[in-house]
Amino acid sequence: MPITHPGLQLTKLPGALPVWQATIAHDDLRPVCQNVADGGGRLLALWGSDQRATQFGFALHVVLLNEAGMVCLHLPLSAEQPVYPDISSIFPVANRMQRAAYDLLGIYASEARDHRKWLRHASWHSGSFPLRKDFADTPPFSLEALEAKSGKSAKAKRAKLGTKQMDAGVAVSAETAASQPELDDYPFVQVEGQGVHEIPVGPVHAGIIEPGHFRFSIVGEKVLRLEQRFGYTHKGIEKRFENMSLERGAKLAGRVSGDSTVAYAWGYAMAAESIADVTPPDYALWLRGLFLERERIANHLGDLGYLGNDVAFSFGFAQFWILKEQVLRNNAALFGHRYLMDKIIPGGVTVGLAESGKQTLLEECSLLEGEARRLRSIYEEHAAVQDRFIGAGCVAPALASRLGLCGLAGRASSQSWDMRAQFPCPPYDKLDVQMATHHNGDVAARVIVRFDELFESLRLQREIITNLVGGDLLLQFPAHLPPDGFGIGVVEGWRGEVMVAIHTDAKGNLARVHPHDPSWQNWPVLEHAIMGNVVPDFPLINKSFNLSYSGQDL
Amino acid sequence: MYQIIKQIIKTGIRTEATPLPDEAMRCTEQRLQQQILDVFGGALAIRFVDAGSCNGCEQEIHAVNNAYYNLEGQGIKFVASPRHADMLLVTGPVSRHMIVALRRTYDATPDPKLVVAIGDCAFDGGLFGESYASCGRVSNVIPVDVVVKGCPPTPTQIMQGILTALTGAHEVQA
Repeated sequence: MPITHPGLQLTKLPGALPVWQATIAHDDLRPVCQNVADGGGRLLALWGSDQRATQFGFALHVVLLNEAGMVCLHLPLSAEQPVYPDISSIFPVANRMQRAAYDLLGIYASEARDHRKWLRHASWHSGSFPLRKDFADTPPFSLEALEAKSGKSAKAKRAKLGTKQMDAGVAVSAETAASQPELDDYPFVQVEGQGVHEIPVGPVHAGIIEPGHFRFSIVGEKVLRLEQRFGYTHKGIEKRFENMSLERGAKLAGRVSGDSTVAYAWGYAMAAESIADVTPPDYALWLRGLFLERERIANHLGDLGYLGNDVAFSFGFAQFWILKEQVLRNNAALFGHRYLMDKIIPGGVTVGLAESGKQTLLEECSLLEGEARRLRSIYEEHAAVQDRFIGAGCVAPALASRLGLCGLAGRASSQSWDMRAQFPCPPYDKLDVQMATHHNGDVAARVIVRFDELFESLRLQREIITNLVGGDLLLQFPAHLPPDGFGIGVVEGWRGEVMVAIHTDAKGNLARVHPHDPSWQNWPVLEHAIMGNVVPDFPLINKSFNLSYSGQDL
Repeated sequence: MYQIIKQIIKTGIRTEATPLPDEAMRCTEQRLQQQILDVFGGALAIRFVDAGSCNGCEQEIHAVNNAYYNLEGQGIKFVASPRHADMLLVTGPVSRHMIVALRRTYDATPDPKLVVAIGDCAFDGGLFGESYASCGRVSNVIPVDVVVKGCPPTPTQIMQGILTALTGAHEVQA
């Protein structure tokens, strides 16, 4: 059992993951969190739910993780005054999650130092909360309505815009601004002093990347401070899950962050299987492992190529993306989808692997291993590449630990957490995953960890293929889950721990689904990693983390 | 240096044949004159905008630049500013938080311009639909010339979409 605390009754959730749950009293939340933090544990996720239909008012859910396992704490909150004690002073990473929980559900962290909005911009009002069950959905978007509305209030807006900084990096005349909807009015922290100026970047970025805003405060070329502003890709995923069928929900889970579709689909399936208390067939579990490692291989290859590209070494991009394309083409040929979307569903998987496919994958392993080793030695011996990689965007292990850096980036800063190695669910319990870590915490370390993980994933793929004996792909899974159920699934995606939590209502329908991306943990650390570096190194440092916008904007 | 050159020679040329345009992807009649399309066709500059996508379509747009598809070999390249662009490539259901940025980017792109919407979500909102946070399809917010369906569409389909937008209406009738 991962934690003990007077009066805390932990119950184990069904499934292979070491997860317990407990309902906790208001006054016990902070001591329990402190206890876990003191023992070197971390905060995995924080979200809220509207329970007014069934029991008390609202509820706060907190998942804590330490070396013995995970605990999900449920804190009931009153319907009239949904307030809970702030935990961001214990886990700094809770800051944005608490603000998002307020924006979406209206539950409030008392005594928190930062109460600025996070996911909300201007498309819904501060007094209304989309994830409350009585939230009245806004009318569908119409351009005519927008233009008619802005026509009336154009004058007022023009006055307001005069003092506002332009976000998109594109100067806009008052006329065009008048035809725009309300703008996000976000209080950035200002840095003052002689020679300090700001560079606003985004939401539309220069490359092929997701949208987000970065506000740099700089002196000369040196970055004093970076502040991020996200929520641009907020498309109401969590609201969308409500009352979706279990089957359709699996598709949506696979599209929370398209580059981690396997991890999310598996997390969702794991949560549903925990609630239904069923275990998928062995064959399906081995295939899930294969899919997850293939997702890791494809993403690591892509990132290693882009990291070369970002230091003007386009040879690296060309080479690694040839390898990545071969992985994607094999995925399409053998499993029917280049990114393996919708291949994992509750109860198992939808596609198997034929004998001839095994041969293809083994050949692919040999090819990738040889090529990646050659390219690694070219990267390592290239003075200009190493000159840019070494020392850039450094996150020291102590800072990483304090801020809860996780996943791949965490492992490059001595944070040795890997779900596959620490809490191995089948098939990983038979694979003895070797965790890759490094202590330098710079771009070079994140490159090294990517290479090491790539080779480890290729080894795992080989191992899985040789151990793969046929069987059932899928078990008969009930269309409805048991009523008032709760389950979580946690999967080590290529970026870090991906968690999906499912709550069912009295009829066994999806009442609340919360997907959690490791980017919640890692984005704030990027603000620290860039300090003291030069602006032109930002794309490189950002790419070395390669975090998700969609996964955290939801 | 020797290792790099050796690797380049060993890799050889991987680029495959360019796909043909597909008129089924077009959603409005070609608005631009043939002369303009001919100029674009020689060197098209694309500004990419993610208006709320899940990052799935982006993966495939990256892939369009790899050695197999080699879009840049067709004289088509991605640029960093809408001011330099002839075409916008837009993904995602348009989130309500991206309306301003998307419309500003559209306004900042000089006329004549083309818009290609990429993916099922850009086509009809996809799984995300229309809600308090999502405006659904791209054509709800800015005019769209060509839509490429798929979740995500393959790099070949994305190239077809871009090339379709560059095809004159009279060529199709011929």
